Amino acid sequence: MSRPTLLLGLALAAAACGGGENPPAGQPAATPTPPAGSALTGAGATFPNPIYSKWFDTYNKKTGVQINYQSIGSGGGIKQFTEGTVDFGATDGPMTEAQLAAVQGAVLHIPTVLGADVVTYNLKAIGATQLKLDGPTIADIFLGKITKWNDRRITSLNPGVNLPNQDIIVVHRSDGSGTTYIWTDYLSKVSPEWKTKVGTATSVNWPVGLGGKGNEGVTQQVKQTDGALGYVELIYAISNQLSYAQVKNASGTFIVPSLASVTAAAASATFSPDTDFRVSITDAPGADAYPISSFTWLLVRPDNPDEAKARALKTFLEWMVTAEAQQIAAELHYAPLPAPVAALVKERITTLKAGGKPIA
Amino acid sequence: MIDGLDSAEGVSPVARLQGAATGDRIFRTLLTIAALAIPTLLGFLVYELWKGSQPAMAKFGVDFLTTSTWDPVADKFGALPLIFGTLLSSLIALVIAVPLSVGVAIFLTEFAPGPIRRPIAFVVELLAAIPSVVYGLWGIFFLIPVMRTTLFPLLQKVFGFLPLFRGTIYGNSMLAAGIILAIMIMPYIMSVTREVLASVPGSQREAALALGATRWEAAWTAVVPYARSGIVGAIILGLGRALGETMAVTMLIGNRHEIVASLFAPGYTMAAAIANEFTEAATDMHFAALAYVALVLFGVTVVVNALARLLIWKVSKGRASGGAAL
Repeated sequence: MSRPTLLLGLALAAAACGGGENPPAGQPAATPTPPAGSALTGAGATFPNPIYSKWFDTYNKKTGVQINYQSIGSGGGIKQFTEGTVDFGATDGPMTEAQLAAVQGAVLHIPTVLGADVVTYNLKAIGATQLKLDGPTIADIFLGKITKWNDRRITSLNPGVNLPNQDIIVVHRSDGSGTTYIWTDYLSKVSPEWKTKVGTATSVNWPVGLGGKGNEGVTQQVKQTDGALGYVELIYAISNQLSYAQVKNASGTFIVPSLASVTAAAASATFSPDTDFRVSITDAPGADAYPISSFTWLLVRPDNPDEAKARALKTFLEWMVTAEAQQIAAELHYAPLPAPVAALVKERITTLKAGGKPIA
Repeated sequence: MIDGLDSAEGVSPVARLQGAATGDRIFRTLLTIAALAIPTLLGFLVYELWKGSQPAMAKFGVDFLTTSTWDPVADKFGALPLIFGTLLSSLIALVIAVPLSVGVAIFLTEFAPGPIRRPIAFVVELLAAIPSVVYGLWGIFFLIPVMRTTLFPLLQKVFGFLPLFRGTIYGNSMLAAGIILAIMIMPYIMSVTREVLASVPGSQREAALALGATRWEAAWTAVVPYARSGIVGAIILGLGRALGETMAVTMLIGNRHEIVASLFAPGYTMAAAIANEFTEAATDMHFAALAYVALVLFGVTVVVNALARLLIWKVSKGRASGGAAL
């Protein structure tokens, strides 16, 4: 009972400290509380929908602020945000320069939680053995250059594992998705050939493979096909108990994908103090970093003419980066933001304005 | 009209008629508006698609229909594999569904004993009520695993000399999509065909039987030809549904943007591509290309329907028929 209140108070105090012309901290915390029953609408990414729903619901119970979120996909979220039909957007891939240029006014990317892709596979010959792979090998499998499971490049990464002379059946997402964005972003970083031939996007021109609709479609094809290899969202893989590979990271260590190793990837990324948070953390340098990780973002206007909404959004965002909210994320298997990033986000939120003026 | 009825008593017949005329006019106006609403809606639909696809039309023109690259990163789009996949999967569906459903319809109207006619017809029609996504799930969890281990290897063994049945068997494939489509369009073809056959006058059968025909000969020579334009209509109805089916096909076809001779290879259809990519289309050109695909799909449907009407018209020329069933 008293813990949430205390945290909220802290968040508000932190907010109060940030603004230039604010009264000193310690002022009664009641003032910035948004009016009960005010509503915000947002739209976008489907991947973080479970945590966003949980957050918005919890937050509504705490404060009475209603936040409606439509999980229509990152592309749709960016579109609606650009057209101004929603108060905030959400995306798994950061907006491109061209997309930013299309928006009236500026856009602030706020990282919320982290996601990751895992390499899932089905190879009866090796049973439950956890495979080890590295970026260039994965890229060449998806480029169609490595076609057999007993290719020297795979066997050399897996000494002692008896890999069969069997075709690799590649499975990818057929629908445009943030999962594919993270995947192709990683492959572009580790393989120059992938970068020039295929590139990074929510859907790409796949050199090889079958397309499955959604994480469930990819999973079905992998599970039913001996010799198949595909990629799915980490949370999906954990909750469906899929077998997935360890991936070698930039510092040369094989990393088991987990919430901790994903958070470690974010922690090892470097942020300049004036970062716009559009930072890719795939192939991150940290020793414990899982390399196929990414932030997912909320898109907000740094200066919103509607003061009530600006205030409601700001208050929510402040709550979102608190330990309490990030703990909820971990419970739903979303990797929470590492503390330094959360602190940076918190600081940035204080710069939000309403009608050109800081939000008191 | 209601006014006319209310004031019926104590009003001159002329006035009553005038009241009725006013009512008629209102009624007629309402109906005209209702009738015009559909073409207007269609007009807006086509206009929106046309407008949305302008950037893609300007950039790719007719090449869009004849090239095969689909690269959202490089903003390079060609829809040929999608058009090919849509037509081929629908063709497979027809090849399987037409003999089956017409056969069932003939059996039900001509041969089935009275008590089982209704239950069988009911069960087949029930297939039409199952949502597409349920077919997709059933396809994923039942049809594909079964086909991959039984039917597909058998086909490959027997017909492997044909390029159609060569190559790796993945499960998710053009053939799997065609089979699920066949199951989905069967109820439509079956029930319309059954209605058409049932409306063939009893005298046709009686005449054939009186001439010494067997029941089979009567059905095949007297009843079916009489109803053939209606049957063609039923098939077209099924085809229309197959062309536009999205969800189940997306789940089973393998979604590979490529034209391959083998039916065991994955393919792609126009409807599936729109369903897959529309929500996450990142660039304006990608959106435009998908709108262009939608326009092409609309065009293909119109052309197929026009051809079908032409076929019915040819078939039914100078004959009494069940063509009215369309």
